Amino acid sequence: MALFEATHLHKRFGDQVVLEDVTLSFEKGQLSGIMGPNGAGKSTCFNVLTGHYKPNSGTVTFEGRDITGLSPRLIAGMGIARSFQIMNLFDEFSVLENILVAVPQSIKRSFNPFHDICGNSEAIDKAESILARVGLKGKENLIASSLPYGERRALEIAVALASDPKLLFLDEPTQGLGADGTALLADLISELKRDYSIVIIEHNMDFLFSLADTISVIHWGQVITTGSPDELRENEWVKASSLGEVA
Amino acid sequence: MNNALAKPTPIITKPMIALFVMLGTFPLWGEAVGLYHYLGVEIVIWIIYALGFNLLLGYTGLPSFGHGAYFGVGAYAYGLVQLGLIESVWAGVLVAVIAGAVAAGIVACFLSHRRGIYYALMTIAFGQVFWFIAMKWHTVTGGEDGLLNIYRGTLSFGVFDVSLRDNVPLFYFVFAVLIIVVICLWRLVHSPFGKALQAIRMNEMRAGFVGYNVWLIKWTVFMLSGAIAGLAGGLFAITQESAYPDVMGLHASGYIVMLTLIGGGFVSFWGPVIGAIVFFVARDLLGSITETWLLWYGLMFMAVILFKPEGIAGIWQDLSKKLSRNQKQNAPVVSQHVKAGE
Repeated sequence: MALFEATHLHKRFGDQVVLEDVTLSFEKGQLSGIMGPNGAGKSTCFNVLTGHYKPNSGTVTFEGRDITGLSPRLIAGMGIARSFQIMNLFDEFSVLENILVAVPQSIKRSFNPFHDICGNSEAIDKAESILARVGLKGKENLIASSLPYGERRALEIAVALASDPKLLFLDEPTQGLGADGTALLADLISELKRDYSIVIIEHNMDFLFSLADTISVIHWGQVITTGSPDELRENEWVKASSLGEVA
Repeated sequence: MNNALAKPTPIITKPMIALFVMLGTFPLWGEAVGLYHYLGVEIVIWIIYALGFNLLLGYTGLPSFGHGAYFGVGAYAYGLVQLGLIESVWAGVLVAVIAGAVAAGIVACFLSHRRGIYYALMTIAFGQVFWFIAMKWHTVTGGEDGLLNIYRGTLSFGVFDVSLRDNVPLFYFVFAVLIIVVICLWRLVHSPFGKALQAIRMNEMRAGFVGYNVWLIKWTVFMLSGAIAGLAGGLFAITQESAYPDVMGLHASGYIVMLTLIGGGFVSFWGPVIGAIVFFVARDLLGSITETWLLWYGLMFMAVILFKPEGIAGIWQDLSKKLSRNQKQNAPVVSQHVKAGE
């Protein structure tokens, strides 16, 4: 059984059908990609999978449990974390505080008014190891909004990692990054791949083909094909479309 | 396990000691500089009120423009206990806190899934409901006159009693309450709950995705803020020996917003404290010069919003940053709440 499965998802906004009979599954320990041209429904798909939108029909299961229609908070609590395409940090917090509010030691104590989280060295050790992992060691006390773009991206991923996710969703992580930034990010993600099950939405095909174990292609709200990068290179649809050129 | 980045939050800090020493000695020097004891009582009560209000406005970013309602509910609750149930200051204050919490808790059920302008408008609407009830329900609230003849009473400590008839013992009573409120709130804003409040202010959606129960946290902070407003209202009823609808109106609710903003509640824990002191001293100093003191205070409010929205605490932080930059050049920008805490 796959770690995460979505079956026959439909999503409409008004009379516009955005997702039509989408079935996807992501395996434990793998890096799965979702690709497709702009407007194909990738982001909506992501938002349905992570609880931001409720699907009109279809089911989503995680570790065999039905999570369809649960709130983002409950889905996060089960071990699914996500990053955002448009950066979504706690801008006035320091880099360290951004992670500190997201570690389980804080979430568990959401309603504890007297625990001193700034002095909890267990939580801070954890935050520090995550920051070291994404290359932000030594920047703990800088304000998030003062970081350069590439480092904000890294922090965005670090916030998602803070909850010890069993499954990590990354929404267009290369968005807005230059070639250098993208290369650094690819290093980071191939390193994270060893410890996390990851799902990435991307339109940067080079990036995705070099990292993913399996890729699903979405177009017009439907899954057109799923396969390994090598299989996709041979796929007629991919070849015929502009996606094939980069691949 | 001693991490260099771990900064345990001290229970007592230097600004706290400065505030406690300044207020604690007020009865000794207040009259010498032309102020009076009663003003000290009023200032302390409004500092309590403003600190609780700032949990909502400054920390969580939730604008409540009808907060006078919970202050008033606390005042009436205190009065009703004294006049109808039992003549005990302790019982009255306790009931005032509970009444503020219950009123705010009910209202928060209707507010907590909203944000921004809708949130603000709903708080005004509910504030007006409470004000209207206070005005019209004559048999309970005494209508426009309010509840009169609530005697100041005696604080009973078991072995000895303290009469609150004079302003100085009353001052020390409300001051003791303030010390407890300050220490508890200081701890609270550094707790996971306090951090969650700030996270919601900065990015409500992400806070949900990170795993916080945003609705329940918003509900809790409104209820808590209402409880503290109720506490302040109860103390106010002791002081005024009455409870009346004025404090619940839009006007009075506006004062608490203005003074919190002028003080700098968005950038510092101490903003509302500064704001409350400035408001009452301005009222008395400007008020002794001109009847239209509110006009000048309003202009001051506009100037702050236009030129320094971070308020007086923001100006202070800029100055101290400039000073420390002269001493230690190119210091990195540090998170403001961390800074404000030092």
